[in-house]
Amino acid sequence: MSLTLEDPRVIEFDVRTDEMLVNMGPQHPSTHGVLRLLLRTDGEIVHEITPHLGYLHRCAEKIGENLSPPQWVPYTDRMDYLAGMNMNLGMALTVEKLIGMEVPEKAATIRVLIAELGRIASHLVGMGAYGLDLGTFSPFLYAFREREIILDLFEEVCGARLTYSYITIGGVTHDLPDMIPIPPGLAALTKRSRNMKVSWLQALEMFLEWLEHRISEYHTLLTRNQIFIKRTAGLGILTKELAISHGCTGPVLRGSGVNWDLRRDGEPIYTNMYAGYDFNVIAAPFKEAPREVVLGDNWCRFYVRMLEVVQAIRLVRQAIAKYPTAKGEYRIPYKMSAKLPIDEAYLETECPRGAMGFYIVGNDKAEPFRARAKSSCFCNLSVTAPLCEGFLLADIPAIVGSLDIVMGEIDR
Amino acid sequence: MTAEDLHKLLVGQFGESKIIGSNFTAKDPWIEVAVDSIVDVSRFLKHDERTQFDHLNDLCGVDYFEPDLKKAAKFNHQPHVAVVYHLTSYTLRHRITVKVKVARWKDDATKALPDVPSVASVWAIADWHERECYDLVGVNFVDHPNMRRILCPEDWEGHGLRKDYEQPLEYHGVRGR
Repeated sequence: MSLTLEDPRVIEFDVRTDEMLVNMGPQHPSTHGVLRLLLRTDGEIVHEITPHLGYLHRCAEKIGENLSPPQWVPYTDRMDYLAGMNMNLGMALTVEKLIGMEVPEKAATIRVLIAELGRIASHLVGMGAYGLDLGTFSPFLYAFREREIILDLFEEVCGARLTYSYITIGGVTHDLPDMIPIPPGLAALTKRSRNMKVSWLQALEMFLEWLEHRISEYHTLLTRNQIFIKRTAGLGILTKELAISHGCTGPVLRGSGVNWDLRRDGEPIYTNMYAGYDFNVIAAPFKEAPREVVLGDNWCRFYVRMLEVVQAIRLVRQAIAKYPTAKGEYRIPYKMSAKLPIDEAYLETECPRGAMGFYIVGNDKAEPFRARAKSSCFCNLSVTAPLCEGFLLADIPAIVGSLDIVMGEIDR
Repeated sequence: MTAEDLHKLLVGQFGESKIIGSNFTAKDPWIEVAVDSIVDVSRFLKHDERTQFDHLNDLCGVDYFEPDLKKAAKFNHQPHVAVVYHLTSYTLRHRITVKVKVARWKDDATKALPDVPSVASVWAIADWHERECYDLVGVNFVDHPNMRRILCPEDWEGHGLRKDYEQPLEYHGVRGR
């Protein structure tokens, strides 16, 4: 008998493997929060994937029935905590739709500015964390370096870095500040003195100029990176029909080819806020995509977010230009004891992760009778099963990461 | 298509016995549908070329009940549970709200959950929304592919968003209140 194996492949047919039930999460660095994925795998190939939710369920909807709307605003912050400004905006607009309140032009301009800045911050996390899921650390740190400046700017506006509760019923809680000490990150990156004092809008302009030039770096690091393309292109292909049927919205839907953005196609109370602003709706397919890319795959969803950052920069610049001449106050006072009418309103707004819907039912009391938050990520996550089944274990972080979910929003 | 036209279309298709209510002056006009016909109406709304409601925005339950006996007499709704469907059409760009109203319990004595046919066969996302509605509002969706809790643990008792929900004293030995 020779010491070498005749043909190593022969032995593999004898070593039979059973299917394994593997638990991914709830504590896992790649599941974007406390998500438990129960996998039934045959070796590396996933046969069945079942998401288990609810580890971050904090009964926000029940609490909403005991608080007046301004008191419920902080709870919306904590839903999608990476895009708190947009959550606040969605809820405030829904209550304003219910009570028939129209905010002044100045408040609307500040809202657009802040919401789009929040979109940039959220997409930076989405992009960085996606790179982290796939194993690359640098884009994550670059993204957070940029995001740090946005958070410093938000801190000057409302005092908080993550849970802002800034956009509230009737407008925003504070006007944009005048002079602020320059954010340290911005001073370091743009090589200015740390003791410099600038106006908030000036600091924002400096930041946008810095970010614009960095975007091509991110494309080199991730979008055009061969390893990234190999792990994302042609995988997690979400067809248009499946996306619509599963209620996917936001970059997930637009990455599958549906040209729908609530800032342009939504309800009048929301689209009027963006009327007069010039921006493009980003939807797949892309002429400049690598040849391995298929419509609706991970790469498309990622690229939609990258291009949306560019559009958000455009919108912020336009809002900065409108702000000095915007008429009115930054807020219409709303009494916490004001009674909601016996009526109901549902409104969806384009949050960075998709269409976040709020459904407020009033019953002649200050507290809503029902305060429902429909999470965009909840619907986006529901496609995990059709997308992941039949693929490798290593593809799961790539697919789930491209959906860009936040468990706080899913579980509420 | 306006809500009134949609109502006329539905009444023409299904009859007055199935399309039993409407409110066109609400901020979001809604149409009430009889419980047993919700699946057929949903399928019609999704596939008919005049409606094409391919997107189910949200499916949620609302418990209309006043638990405080002193205030119950002045409560302005008949106690019931409403399941609310918000629909949008990507192609025709119109919206509508459809409601289904059921009794709070199938049987007051046993506190059996009310039945509503599942529309998971029409819109795939209804699967998860209905699981949440079952979990939190306590509505049993008939013919649902996977009727189990989604947000609360599998062995949780009670349905949180019901107005007369009482938080349990303890869960697996841990005191809650």
